Amino acid sequence: MNLPRRTFLKGIFATGGAMALGTTVLPQNVMADLPETAVEAENEDALKEIFEREFGTAEIEKSDQITIKAPEIAENGQVVQIEVTTNLEKLESITILAEKNPVPLVAQFNFPDPENAVGWVKTRIKMMGTSDVIAVVKADGQLYAARREVTVTLGGCGG
Amino acid sequence: MADEFKIRLRATLKNSITTVQAKITHPMETGARRKLETGRLIPAHFIQEVKFEHNSKVVMSADWSVGISKDPYCAFKFKGGVEGDTVTLTWTDKCDPFHAKHSKMCVT
Repeated sequence: MNLPRRTFLKGIFATGGAMALGTTVLPQNVMADLPETAVEAENEDALKEIFEREFGTAEIEKSDQITIKAPEIAENGQVVQIEVTTNLEKLESITILAEKNPVPLVAQFNFPDPENAVGWVKTRIKMMGTSDVIAVVKADGQLYAARREVTVTLGGCGG
Repeated sequence: MADEFKIRLRATLKNSITTVQAKITHPMETGARRKLETGRLIPAHFIQEVKFEHNSKVVMSADWSVGISKDPYCAFKFKGGVEGDTVTLTWTDKCDPFHAKHSKMCVT
């Protein structure tokens, strides 16, 4: 090769740099171009799917008879204590979902004997980041839901 | 190994309502974490089913996903318990069928 070494190297850097830009920066740009609402809509779709699969409907009535007790700010997303209380009669199940988790459906507590069930469960869940915690209660064949936002300082998934 | 998956179970009676509290020692591995040294994925290993029985009748059964914290804690209440009754907890881990355990406790 007769090309002077310096020009040759310059050429390599120029094209190499462009290639690197092409592969690493471009996808990020594309991601950045996606409006945030699109990501949220995707999340909402996932939730809808879960509701449809688990309960047969995506439209669940909101109820003030359900209280979710959770920390407003959770420092550690690995352990977030959630307490769900409800006054609804003939309780069949309580489901807890964390909206932005990779697996939003966290737990479902079933009460096979609704006459003797008491509307109270307490557990500790993992949360990926700040999101809403949703409690779905099935009582007397009807579905009711409530949500509450939990701010998570340090996410509790992966790592 | 015997102590690796310990269960602590407590059932207390107050105003004819029994409160059951349980703490299980379990890693609740999601399957999405990587080992730092090797970069390999740690296989999923978590409890999927928990069953609470009151005098051999199921009072509460829970389906869990990976979203439950490590060393799960769970508490609930039910009516109709009398002092001296037994409460049994059984959990199953479908990722590892050899790991299923149960624990028995008297209502106090």
